[in-house]
Amino acid sequence: MTKLTYDQITIGDTLPPVEIGPVTREDIAAFARASGDPSPIHLDDEIARSSGLPGIIIHGMFNMAVLGRLLTDWAGQTRIKSFSNRFAAMAVPGDTITCRGKVADKSDLGGKNLVDLDIEAINQKGDVLLTGKAVIALS
Amino acid sequence: MWDTALIGKEYAPFDAGVDTAQIAAFAASIGEDDPIYREEAAARAAGYPAIPAPLTFPFSLMMVAGQSFLVHADLDIPIPKTVHGEQWFDFHNNLYAGDVVTGQQKIADMFEKKGGALQFIITETRMDNQDGVHICDLRTSVVVLNN
Repeated sequence: MTKLTYDQITIGDTLPPVEIGPVTREDIAAFARASGDPSPIHLDDEIARSSGLPGIIIHGMFNMAVLGRLLTDWAGQTRIKSFSNRFAAMAVPGDTITCRGKVADKSDLGGKNLVDLDIEAINQKGDVLLTGKAVIALS
Repeated sequence: MWDTALIGKEYAPFDAGVDTAQIAAFAASIGEDDPIYREEAAARAAGYPAIPAPLTFPFSLMMVAGQSFLVHADLDIPIPKTVHGEQWFDFHNNLYAGDVVTGQQKIADMFEKKGGALQFIITETRMDNQDGVHICDLRTSVVVLNN
């Protein structure tokens, strides 16, 4: 786990990015099994098309889980106080997903050393898939 | 049907076990290769009392416990008409392999935008572990796409 301290952090600092992909159909099927979400729009092109999609899509929660790796790689699992995102666009098989973040603010009010992050996930074309925020508590 | 009287509705509590093999499969499926998610010894060496659950794993506990589409059934909304708009997690304490969480979901809010073309259902779920320790809160926005 990285040894981050509050005093080291400066507003505007960027996090080491996390990249995954190209995401294959097999990767999507593996996440469907592991995450307990076998919805057919992630597994069956015909059903996905009948729902108005171009074909199967990657689970939004797959993208969010990878975005979570950005946080745990940087701060470790136990320091993350909150994590949220909006699902801005869908990802499809063959996409490469890159997660990145930066320090938006820091505050030691009330004796708590909190760091606010702006985070996002984009695909290989630069389309924003997720846009979110996280709060990290540091010593 | 759309009925805002359901705001505040609480669903029956559910239990969900945190399974070591499921954590390992979940971690592998998202490209997470840190051994703390699959080896107890590695987790302990890194300072954890046991294998930690990945950050978004509580959402999968809800999936497996059959919680994720209760509001769809209640409001009679076909799942394909909806998308997952936003997801929030607040973490209070850590979740580990071997834990059994008790969760309870409620409908926190329902509202419409664009003259009803978009309808939003916000659910909130609290999870406590087997010792009654508050683990996390999940907040989910389900968006109903009309026409």
